[in-house]
Amino acid sequence: MNELDLHKVGVRGINSQLHSLPKNTNEKHWVIHNPKGQHSIAVGLDAPLQIDIRGHVGFYCGGMNKDAELTIYGHAGVGTAENMMSGVIWVKGNSSESAGATGNGGLLVIDGDASSRCGISMKGIDIVVGGSVGHMSAFMAQRGNLVVCGDAGDALGDSIYEARLYVRGKVASLGADCIEKEMRPEHLADLERLLKAANRKEKPSEFRRYGSARKLYNFSVDHADAY
Amino acid sequence: MDKTPRTLPRKSATFDDYTLSEIRRAASTGIYDIRGGGAKRRLPHFDDLLFLGASISRYPLEGYREKCGTNVVLGTRFAKKPIELKIPITIAGMSFGSLSAQAKEALGRGATIAGTSTTTGDGGMTPEERGQSKTLVYQYLPSRYGMNPDDLRKADAIEIVIGQGAKPGGGGMLLGQKISDRVAAMRCLPKGIDQRSACRHPDWTGPDDLEIKINELREITNWEKPIFVKIGGARPYYDVALAVKAGADVVVLDGMQGGTAATQEVFIEHVGQPTLACIRPAVRALQELNMHRKVQLIVSGGIRNGADVAKALALGVDAVSIGTAALVALGDNDPHFETEYNELGTTAGSYDDWHEGRDPAGITTQDPELAKRLDPVKAGRRLSNFLKVMTLEAQTIARANGKSHVHNLEPEDLCALTVEAAAMAQVPLAGTDWIPGRGGY
Repeated sequence: MNELDLHKVGVRGINSQLHSLPKNTNEKHWVIHNPKGQHSIAVGLDAPLQIDIRGHVGFYCGGMNKDAELTIYGHAGVGTAENMMSGVIWVKGNSSESAGATGNGGLLVIDGDASSRCGISMKGIDIVVGGSVGHMSAFMAQRGNLVVCGDAGDALGDSIYEARLYVRGKVASLGADCIEKEMRPEHLADLERLLKAANRKEKPSEFRRYGSARKLYNFSVDHADAY
Repeated sequence: MDKTPRTLPRKSATFDDYTLSEIRRAASTGIYDIRGGGAKRRLPHFDDLLFLGASISRYPLEGYREKCGTNVVLGTRFAKKPIELKIPITIAGMSFGSLSAQAKEALGRGATIAGTSTTTGDGGMTPEERGQSKTLVYQYLPSRYGMNPDDLRKADAIEIVIGQGAKPGGGGMLLGQKISDRVAAMRCLPKGIDQRSACRHPDWTGPDDLEIKINELREITNWEKPIFVKIGGARPYYDVALAVKAGADVVVLDGMQGGTAATQEVFIEHVGQPTLACIRPAVRALQELNMHRKVQLIVSGGIRNGADVAKALALGVDAVSIGTAALVALGDNDPHFETEYNELGTTAGSYDDWHEGRDPAGITTQDPELAKRLDPVKAGRRLSNFLKVMTLEAQTIARANGKSHVHNLEPEDLCALTVEAAAMAQVPLAGTDWIPGRGGY
């Protein structure tokens, strides 16, 4: 295990050390101390590293991650795991706005609550939130799965494309073109896999599924009121 | 027959033929008019400015003997690897999706021969474009279509797009008919559906967040790449100041004549400011922050020839970008295809339904048969020829004004033909020493 003290080396020192590791490095396990809510910690990683961050982080922690597994033992700021390509990012606390924004792949787990716009424009990432998500979550969500074990705020899935949304609690309101959909066996199996990956105890049968009505896929003036 | 003299039929200047045709079109279809390109209305522009030239009070340089530099370095503020271009004319961002792969390749080839950069667009980076572009600027847009860290690292610079001149404050829409399998795959969406591009970024709002976002992109790319921030001509003084505050290396400012792949006609013609009106407020913001020439300013929107280049540089710009002119150089709107333009209900020179994907010139299309019409090698050569001519023209003007580098051109080399242009460019009205707004009148 290797240790890095952000207080001593700064964000640049952390990232440049982690970027310098080859993909087949033996030095896989890293612990980052004193993150102190700083922004852009462990962004742009491109190797199968295991990274533990001991404290709270600011914006964009784990941004554009490939292959690495990050665990944040604290709360996370805006845009956690934004545009993640693969790997795992696990927030033990809460996460602020736009968690998993535009993520292409990998798994983002937030044990606590996520704020507004969770999974905005997601493009293939899987997101599991143990608590609740705020308004406009999964806005224009293109692909991937968003699992919410708590409640969802207003306008869930507004202008959604092909992403799948699973919510266990209440949905304050659905956004334009987002509807409740039938939960078929393949969805239950998918949900079971995601809940297991996120160490959740909830049962798939407790969730309801939401997705696109696909009525706004091609512009029609008769739907102008929906926007 | 009544011999009483009659007045001629008189058309309304307010309800002119175009306006009437649009009312009929709207009444018939129930949908606003979508088109590509930039503002087509007459606007104060570089044609309203003239260079004074040299005589006794200024010495000119010898046209074919004395050197007149044209190089420009972009990204000198923070980037470890600034980019150096041979000419101060770059190719603006245009997406694969909006343009064919052949057209994107041709832009890369032409720019590379001429020693300048080209720019991706809303749809990611194609191997054709990267392979043929010595210097490639990678756009970072609200949609993040195709965005990935590998391409980010392959880029020579990163351009965070906040807006564009044709539609400042607007997003985009690539209509379903242009969504081929390849375009759909690059954007992670099903084939054949309209692809909306958001007008705001998904994970930041406002200048304070932008600073953090710029910092993240620098961290991901180890502070190597110049970071450009592109804005539409909305409030250039404040927007440039905020881009500088947020840490931009380069600001790209696009006036309302700058083209777009597709948006509402009403947006193109009625939102945003003309390019000429945007430059001086932008330069003033840089000067007041002591950042002029430290943060480079690139201006686009209606640049057509070397005179426009020279005039923009004289007003304080470091480089210009061309989009529409580059497409025309490739072969867009060529009279060679007049019959086919007629079949589309238009004429060469006026074709702007780029979003429909039926471009006879094979440029703004994803139809493989149409796209095949454009030979990327020949079209690239035409673009490089055009870029070279523009550069020679700008040098000709610079030498005539006694400048050994095009960047030495300055506002006092200019006068204006109209009061409006004098006020916007802050140069004297021709034949006077009057600059509107200066000295209290």
